[in-house]
Amino acid sequence: MTALARPQPRILPGFSLSLGITLLFLCLIVLLPLSGLLWQLGKLGPGDYIRVVSSERVLAALRVTISAAALATLINGVFGLILAWVLTRYRFPGRGIMDALVDLPFALPTAVAGIALVALYDRSGWVGQLLEPLGIQIAYTWWGIVIAMAFTSIPFAVRAIQPAIEELDPAEEAAALTLGANGREMFFRVLLRPLLPSILTGVGLSFVRSLGEFGAVIFIAGNMPYETEIASLLILIRLDEFDYPAAAAVAGTLLALSLVLLVAINVMQNRLQAYLRTEG
Amino acid sequence: MAKPILIALALAFLGVMVLMPVVAIFDRAFADGAGAYLAAIRDPETVAAIRLTVIAALIVVPINIVFGVAAAWLVARYRFWGRRVLLILIELPFAMSPIVAGLCFLLIYGAYGPVGAALEPYGIQLMFNLIGIVLVSLFVTCPFVMREILPVLQVTGEDEERAALTLGANGWQIFRHVVLPNISWGLAYGTVLTMARAMGEFGAVSVVSGAIRGRTMTLPLQIELMYNDYNATGAFAAATVLAGLAFVTLILRGALNRFGPQREAHP
Repeated sequence: MTALARPQPRILPGFSLSLGITLLFLCLIVLLPLSGLLWQLGKLGPGDYIRVVSSERVLAALRVTISAAALATLINGVFGLILAWVLTRYRFPGRGIMDALVDLPFALPTAVAGIALVALYDRSGWVGQLLEPLGIQIAYTWWGIVIAMAFTSIPFAVRAIQPAIEELDPAEEAAALTLGANGREMFFRVLLRPLLPSILTGVGLSFVRSLGEFGAVIFIAGNMPYETEIASLLILIRLDEFDYPAAAAVAGTLLALSLVLLVAINVMQNRLQAYLRTEG
Repeated sequence: MAKPILIALALAFLGVMVLMPVVAIFDRAFADGAGAYLAAIRDPETVAAIRLTVIAALIVVPINIVFGVAAAWLVARYRFWGRRVLLILIELPFAMSPIVAGLCFLLIYGAYGPVGAALEPYGIQLMFNLIGIVLVSLFVTCPFVMREILPVLQVTGEDEERAALTLGANGWQIFRHVVLPNISWGLAYGTVLTMARAMGEFGAVSVVSGAIRGRTMTLPLQIELMYNDYNATGAFAAATVLAGLAFVTLILRGALNRFGPQREAHP
């Protein structure tokens, strides 16, 4: 324990106690389970890993998951920006309720979100029965997966963008307009540029969240192998078949993807901020 | 200029995407009348699921409060080797798919995992029961308390704590009289989030619960079970209970935001 403590004088008490509690918890609850996955992957070996992950069904599940997450993220990027802007800049009746509604998907358990979306989009649902005569089906299709992912991750996009809008100076926008910039120029040059790092963070978080989303998706997805089966569900199916190595292979891929994305978001955000600072 | 259009767009998006699905739950739950709704809520399996969910949350929340406070204190007040790694590890559950999280627990604590196999001769089983549910819930909720307290500790600095130390207070007295009042709002906020998430977790719990009817089904799992049994009223009635919990969470959050010190908004 003392080897971990660095030279800085420890005047305040409680170091060993808080370190002990933290390490014990992290080992039992985070590190040990993670090592379980690595251990299982290690037993599998690279050849078997590639064989499992390159199977048609796994590739299809990954394709469905990633493509749906990408579209959901795009939707959240656009509407997240609009919502963050409206909530930060405008004062109007009902704003408080709108602000609370943004957090609803975060507070709502994902299984509840899942059956709620089914209730709305299946053929007897309020939206579903409007779309059916038009030949549009959302429930039990790829589009349903997109909606479910967009639902659960919208708070992440909005709440990541909001603080950046608060820091913008409305005077700069006014100045740009006075100098003769038109609406589009002002949007791209004065507004979007300083907001870009936080928008990227927001959509990045929302993408990572969508990749792993399970509860909200499986109810509305239809779960047809090759078509509407997401990677998380495939892991669960392999588990039910007691095929732990295959489950671990898909899980390891999903986890690696999320981690790479998180690191990329972090690096990109730092670079962008540094770039924007030097540009003045 | 663009204000009315943007507000209308925002309202339409939130209305269709967020509000309507939740209203639809209540519509379906009461589709067969209030009598059927009440009968569904009083279903013995549903009642057992509610009980299990509450018991698991009551175990998870205090443990995570202790961990969250300890971890935040450690990271805010001391510089040591591996501090950044520690922070990443605590945040990791946010980035992980709940199914992957559940699988990790099964692989190590399950009957075929090293720890599970070692404990089996002693008759100790960690997965497919309350212990398993508590373990994965601890995992998925572990960042909440720490994340709420850490910024507060970083902002307040350690001057007051050092002053108390100079005046002869011991560690426990410093914690009770100096640290606790400072972090109480963040602690309350983190507790609310932990509670809500612990009760609502679905993916990770479904991997390790064993899904024994009336015994290891938490409320979210019971909803799925009834839904797959074509018991729509039962599933949606149970869902209204959890939706109610979500509303309580939002109201508590709002109240804490309003009356507590200014804080950054993040989900």
